[in-house]
Amino acid sequence: MTTTTASENWFKRMTKSNKVPPVYFFLVVIFLVTGILDQILSDGQMFTNPAIMLNIIVRSVALGIVAVGQTLVLIGASIDLSVAYTISITAVMSSYIMQGDPAKVPFALVGVVVIGIVIGLTNGLIITKLKVNPFIATLGVSLIIKGIINATFSNYTGSVPQTFEFFGYGTIGPIPVSILILLLIVTIGWFILARTKFGAHLYGVGGNSEVARLSGVRTDRVLIGAHVLCSVSAVLSGIFLVSLMRSGAPWVGPNGVYDLNSIATAVIGGTALSGGKGGVWGTLAGVLIFGVLATAFNQLGVNPYMKNILQGVIIVLAVASYTVRSKKEAL
Amino acid sequence: MTLASSVTASEQPITKGPVMEVREIFKRFPGVVACNNISLQFLPGEVHAVVGENGAGKSTLMKIMAGAYIADSGELILQGQTVSFSHPQEAQLKGVSIIYQEFNLLPERTVAQNIFLGREPGKYGALDYAELNRKAVKVLKEVEGDQMISPTAMCNTLSVAEQQIVEIAKAISFDSKVLIMDEPTASLTTIEVRLLTDLINKLKQRGMAIIFISHRLREVFDIAEKISVLKDGELMGTLLTKDTNPSEVVTLMVGRELDHYFPPLGSPEDFGEVVLRVKNGGNDFLKDINFELRKGEVLCVAGLQGSGRTELAQALFGVVPFKTGSIEVNGKIKNVKRPPDAIRQKMGFVTEDRKAEGILPKQPIRDNILLTVRTLQPLLGFIYKDGVRKTRTLVPDLAKQVDLRADTFDREAQFLSGGNQQKVVLSKWLSSDAKIFIFDEPTRGIDVEAKASIHDMIRGLTKQGIAVLMISSELPEVLGMSDRILVMRDGRIAGELPAKSSEQDIMLVATGHQVDQKTSGKNQAGKE
Repeated sequence: MTTTTASENWFKRMTKSNKVPPVYFFLVVIFLVTGILDQILSDGQMFTNPAIMLNIIVRSVALGIVAVGQTLVLIGASIDLSVAYTISITAVMSSYIMQGDPAKVPFALVGVVVIGIVIGLTNGLIITKLKVNPFIATLGVSLIIKGIINATFSNYTGSVPQTFEFFGYGTIGPIPVSILILLLIVTIGWFILARTKFGAHLYGVGGNSEVARLSGVRTDRVLIGAHVLCSVSAVLSGIFLVSLMRSGAPWVGPNGVYDLNSIATAVIGGTALSGGKGGVWGTLAGVLIFGVLATAFNQLGVNPYMKNILQGVIIVLAVASYTVRSKKEAL
Repeated sequence: MTLASSVTASEQPITKGPVMEVREIFKRFPGVVACNNISLQFLPGEVHAVVGENGAGKSTLMKIMAGAYIADSGELILQGQTVSFSHPQEAQLKGVSIIYQEFNLLPERTVAQNIFLGREPGKYGALDYAELNRKAVKVLKEVEGDQMISPTAMCNTLSVAEQQIVEIAKAISFDSKVLIMDEPTASLTTIEVRLLTDLINKLKQRGMAIIFISHRLREVFDIAEKISVLKDGELMGTLLTKDTNPSEVVTLMVGRELDHYFPPLGSPEDFGEVVLRVKNGGNDFLKDINFELRKGEVLCVAGLQGSGRTELAQALFGVVPFKTGSIEVNGKIKNVKRPPDAIRQKMGFVTEDRKAEGILPKQPIRDNILLTVRTLQPLLGFIYKDGVRKTRTLVPDLAKQVDLRADTFDREAQFLSGGNQQKVVLSKWLSSDAKIFIFDEPTRGIDVEAKASIHDMIRGLTKQGIAVLMISSELPEVLGMSDRILVMRDGRIAGELPAKSSEQDIMLVATGHQVDQKTSGKNQAGKE
């Protein structure tokens, strides 16, 4: 039924079999184009200096971690707009609890993970039990967290111990720890989606919630679970950011636009906003595209607003290419 | 285990108790009692059909039995024990499974993932894909034999028939004691129905109790041993198939004899000039379409699923237009490339999928009715509550004309019954003063009484000089309504038949039977 004819080239086969998400093609093209521009207009370090390449990935870590969680809820046909302030509350709370003392690190970590679980549960319960539209529910929760943070903290609060900065700045051999963390999180995300029953059920809930329910899936539990995982991923992202910044600030989440960027990168990676479709490897490519653009514009010294324009163009192009593709398949 | 129990059951037929029983089931929805103290027993190894008009409470009762709804009162008894299901999963675990009327497949997941959704194999929450595909192969083989669908195929690549096979595979994979089938044959071709019948017989021999819901009485009489009839949420009676006949069942279903089921056909003096003529029409789905439609007649288009009937309607209305050939309206060649072109030529299209293409479910009745006529108004013109500038009382007038019963025109269209929704769609096109009506399955999923009133209405349109092209997959409807019949096959018009042809004639043309006879003749000659 799914036989491929010999006339199809390797690219079509690879993308059609879903082994490699088509967005990696975009990633390569964007990297080559910006790299060539860099060669012509600037010092050409993008192709020659491995540190720059690594930097592309390091820049992407914080967004990458939370985007993995966002991918999960999007596949469940939900959305999480509260991740940015979840990141903020994690950053300020963890450095506030640590106060530079290595002995307090475990308390801080447990504390912020519990906060994440509570936020995720709140989101999930509001969406499934009160049947509030996920956009509104998580927007509301986001505002609540924002209010709590702003009422409590107004500037950098506390600090992280030196040892904790290992996550942000440490290396194992030549490889930055942060890259390993990103890969680990993406792999966990992939495993959850592709190799667990929870993942299979999540695709079911997102694809058609009633079908899943009538098939015996506990749809509410699955969606709540996805929201908890998403909030926890935002917490991990916040922990990573605070280890980079050495001290938590309440504006770290919204300044990074982690809510909308995590949604955008997931969608660029092929995850459908309508749910039931997508995966974390595509999201990783979406995050790296943003990383390449940020690095390239730094290199080229272009007006930062230009970056926003290009990001916007890429989101639209990527999503348009998916709908055009699926329309062709339908005919 | 199932084998052993079925053996003992057949050895001691007298002590064979019901595998499942419902007692005094009562369920109320806002404004309607869906099940009013219904009690039924289902025996192992027996096919028990539940029939009734739409809204009779069949589906509600089945959903209660499968744990998708919770009854307000009453008892479910499974193998002698009272049970209560708060979620479909609990019913499944206890051995009650159900195939629903609509397709319940996830398009972006594989066949195997769909079959075992919610019951994936694997330990500690991990998913064992090798085992999943192995199990899927096993159950697919049981349904299809060795030429089966690949378990790793994505469901959006499957044909409708293949999807139904996956549905069946999913249902039998439960290995349950009670299997409920809610209109499993609604979208199947004759061959697939036979496949399903064979499967049902196989499952019966295993001692499964099968509950079969269908609108098609002929199948019910072929398959079921017992027939229970529901009407307006009440049980009218349970009959043994061998002791009854279809007209007795229908009488119980509608509470009256069906003498005046169809209005009389048109007489020759009703038919006027040709209003629509298609010459050599063709596109990706259709080839060599040639036909004429006269004022005042009902021309029916029959054919099997996928023969191009709906595509023909869509081509006429410009949804998926003809690429070649021409459409003449009132003798003049017209370019119909988009629906507005067709509306300007005074065509109306009552679509097959009422929910998706016919009504705006969340809009009030009045705005649904005025939808088309308002698009014909000037862009910045006023819109009126119940009509347009010329006739401000359009909505009540039309509602009267089509016999639309609603307490208020402010009611959202989604709350109307299927029959009344269809009347809303009809008034929408009447308001635009359409002279050529295209009906695609106008009575699908509508109960018998509303069907009759829709039929009367269609015939009434022709009396006003409107030409009607009607697509239907129900042969009794085709025969009862048409002044002429076009039969389609493989995107072509395979033949034209006069009014009062027989069902056999239509099926012969629709299945291309003459061709088969020729080839089989050749084969025999070859053998000799």
